[in-house]
Amino acid sequence: MTARTLKDRAAIAGIGQTEFSKNSGRTELQLACEAVKAALDDAGLAPSDVDGLVTFTMDSSEEMEVARNLGIERVSMFTQVPYGGGAAAGTVMQAAMAVATGVADVVVCYRAFNERSGNRFGNMSGRITTLPLWLSWYAPYGLMTPASWVALHARSYMHTYGVTNADFGRIAVVDRAHAATNPDAWFYGRPITIEEHQSSRWIIEPVLRLLDCCQESDGGVALVVTSVERARDLRQTPAVIAAAAQGATFDSEMMTSYYRDDLTGLPEMGVVGEQLWRTAGIAPSDISTAFLYDHFTPFVLMQLEELGFCGRGEAKDWATVERLSLGGELPINTSGGLLGEAYIHGMNGITEAVRQIRGTSCNQVDTVEHVLVTAGTGVPTSGLILARR
Amino acid sequence: MSSRLAPSMTADTQFFWDGVKEHKLLIQRCGSCGLLRHPPRPMCPRCNALEWDTVESSGRGTVRSFVMPHHPPLPWFEDPYIVALIELDEGTRLVTNLVGIAPESATIGMPVEVHYEEFDDGLVLPLFAPLRAGDAS
Ligand SMILES: [Zn+2]
Repeated sequence: MTARTLKDRAAIAGIGQTEFSKNSGRTELQLACEAVKAALDDAGLAPSDVDGLVTFTMDSSEEMEVARNLGIERVSMFTQVPYGGGAAAGTVMQAAMAVATGVADVVVCYRAFNERSGNRFGNMSGRITTLPLWLSWYAPYGLMTPASWVALHARSYMHTYGVTNADFGRIAVVDRAHAATNPDAWFYGRPITIEEHQSSRWIIEPVLRLLDCCQESDGGVALVVTSVERARDLRQTPAVIAAAAQGATFDSEMMTSYYRDDLTGLPEMGVVGEQLWRTAGIAPSDISTAFLYDHFTPFVLMQLEELGFCGRGEAKDWATVERLSLGGELPINTSGGLLGEAYIHGMNGITEAVRQIRGTSCNQVDTVEHVLVTAGTGVPTSGLILARR
Repeated sequence: MSSRLAPSMTADTQFFWDGVKEHKLLIQRCGSCGLLRHPPRPMCPRCNALEWDTVESSGRGTVRSFVMPHHPPLPWFEDPYIVALIELDEGTRLVTNLVGIAPESATIGMPVEVHYEEFDDGLVLPLFAPLRAGDAS
């Protein structure tokens, strides 16, 4: 009997994406189809090879609509992962489980949206007539954007450990420096200084300035997951899935988990991290480069602590620009991240991790063995460790 | 009078808003083990009992966290306004507005008390203000 582990059972064999923009000029369904086709072309596979599809519950393009466009004929696995950006690595976990169990052989994971030119997540006031039940505890008091939900949590972290907004600014500086040398990034050629960060306007005072908040983007990203054996016969160097995990804990809400005793951590990510280290059989010090979900900078510091890169309350001192930049001990978000490249709900972090494994990133890290990717924070979430083997 | 977005309710949560209308801050209490919980929900996570009643909060608590949202501007608020996470003396928490104090004077840990405010269409919300001197007991 095979060991009950996802370690090294599946690989990402293809990646695809559209351009990242503020106004794609086409439908979300078309973006999804373009991204999936690009990922299959990259892998050297045809639509007829695909028998599984996974997306986000928030995606507007249903699995069989995408299949109908691509001409995918027989599908044995289709599913959607919930909780917004927390789904990103979860799509790959679902695909890897299907491949490992023989439920499917080739699974495509995709996410495509017009989050800037269409429905903007931060603009709920204009379109809500009846509040969803969970939002009824917050919206009457003017707490109704992702930035504000995150900030009320992060303020408690700042207060407990003496963290300032300037500490968060270093994450933005790192991301934007990496974006500046990535031609696919929206902020290509436009790095920022900590002074520019500190003079950007408050979005949610005293936690988030404009430059702490990720972009809003239009675009699509897709991944092809298959068995390690099959991936070895395909066009690209396989990004072997050394571990994939989802995680949630008691009293989780979508970014409004205000009812736990401790308001200084991201326990969902702790659950993900424990599984990733155990499954892959490695430690944080074995990670060559990481994509840490950066919708809002405070949760990047909190992730570093939750994942064990440093101790509780230490991230403000540990997370220096030097350590997190290309050439440093733990380069993060080498594509520019959600702040610098684009906000494709975390899926563009997975594509960058695959490029690092292949050695094709425009900000390539020397000698990459293991790459960590995390998904949306402050929500039930997921993570991946990809390996070059 | 001004307006606010009105909360949605279900059979699980309606007692809270009914209480607020009568200027009572009610906390759901497990009918079996006595655990207090908020936001309200049908089952006790500690003992799984479905029976529950309510206790009336003293209306006093402390500020656990607070922020001033500036962007995007919302039609129901004048900048600056304070959104706070309050921990009631009974131990449960709720999100609300902190009123009657300037943002620069508010602090985490400050004692506060409930203050009911009426909005358009009969909506009443429990807002919190600094505990008045002499009220502490
Ligand atoms: Zn109970």
